[in-house]
Amino acid sequence: METIFAYTLLAAALIFGICGAGTAIAFGILGGKLIESSARQPELAPRLQTQFFLIAGFVDVISIIGVGMAMFFIFVQPFHV
Amino acid sequence: MAETAEANVNEIAAAAHGEHAAAGAEKYASGSEYIGHHLNFLTYGKRADGQLGLAHTVEEANAMGFWSIHVDTMGISALLGLIFLGVFLLVSRKATSGVPGGLQNAVEFVVEMVQNSIKNTFHGKCDFLGPVALTVFCWILLMNLMDLVPVDMIPGAVQIAAGNPHLFFKAVPTTDVNITIGFSLSVFILILYYSIKNKGIGGFVGELTLQPFGKWAIPLNIVMELPAFLAKPVSLALRLFGNLFAGEVIFLVIGLMGYWQLPLALPWAIFHILVIPLQAYLFMMLTIVYINQAHQHH
Repeated sequence: METIFAYTLLAAALIFGICGAGTAIAFGILGGKLIESSARQPELAPRLQTQFFLIAGFVDVISIIGVGMAMFFIFVQPFHV
Repeated sequence: MAETAEANVNEIAAAAHGEHAAAGAEKYASGSEYIGHHLNFLTYGKRADGQLGLAHTVEEANAMGFWSIHVDTMGISALLGLIFLGVFLLVSRKATSGVPGGLQNAVEFVVEMVQNSIKNTFHGKCDFLGPVALTVFCWILLMNLMDLVPVDMIPGAVQIAAGNPHLFFKAVPTTDVNITIGFSLSVFILILYYSIKNKGIGGFVGELTLQPFGKWAIPLNIVMELPAFLAKPVSLALRLFGNLFAGEVIFLVIGLMGYWQLPLALPWAIFHILVIPLQAYLFMMLTIVYINQAHQHH
């Protein structure tokens, strides 16, 4: 039982870490491109911002599902012997 | 044997949280139990003895299986839906063309925001889309806003009112995957309906089977298009659920920290103010985008 719980925590830690890394890279690129294109064409900035939030939702969906599952694994502990 | 193993796990979990069980959480044996208790639903269904009634333990709720209902989720979401309809009805009855009051201003702001989003992204003709988008946005926003109510406030009030200190109660309907999947399945049915209405059954099936490689690669086309089509409702539901569930669990972890929760809950709540309307907005936008795709001919 302790072994299963320890492995669950380890899996959750991996999920958190990899999800965090993936979204961090994605948001870095996304935010950078937003600022870059707003600087090129400032009149498009409000429209680009709407698109930015829309794509931000696409970007973080997998990782936030992963984080939700990791939290579920830690606190509900669905694995039993 | 099983109990001792369970107790050990709880000790480990408690140790992982540092010192636990302060202020609001002292009636739970450990931090893990506190959080686990707050993640269960008030389930109504057929109990093992054949009577209809509320489940008192997690095992009982699980044994009820499919034919059971989450009373807390349904009750609070219905209540919030009524609040949304009531406020909008009241404002539309008393609407003036002169200087609007505070409430009318807020309602006009929301309606105009939804209207502009539809005008910018939707290029078909559909009278039904405006009310759908407005309902989706306002209802999900209200349900998400329940997340900002302190985690023990509504469950605690219900437990006191019911006279049962161990009653399960979950106050945020969108942390129940059933609600989010219900929303996304409704949107999915609308997508199917408008696809078939605008393109005909042939056009709709053709879109799934004749793209992107033409008619000699129909199996490959199906393998490529069908998962993308079925992923729409799944990702729609799980995005909303995942965001709100993760936020709720972090609120619960903060709630374990005794008096330290005061400086910690505030920044997380402020960050959450960004997440809450963003998720409602995204759900609305994606509904519009998907229904727009259902209207487009290729």
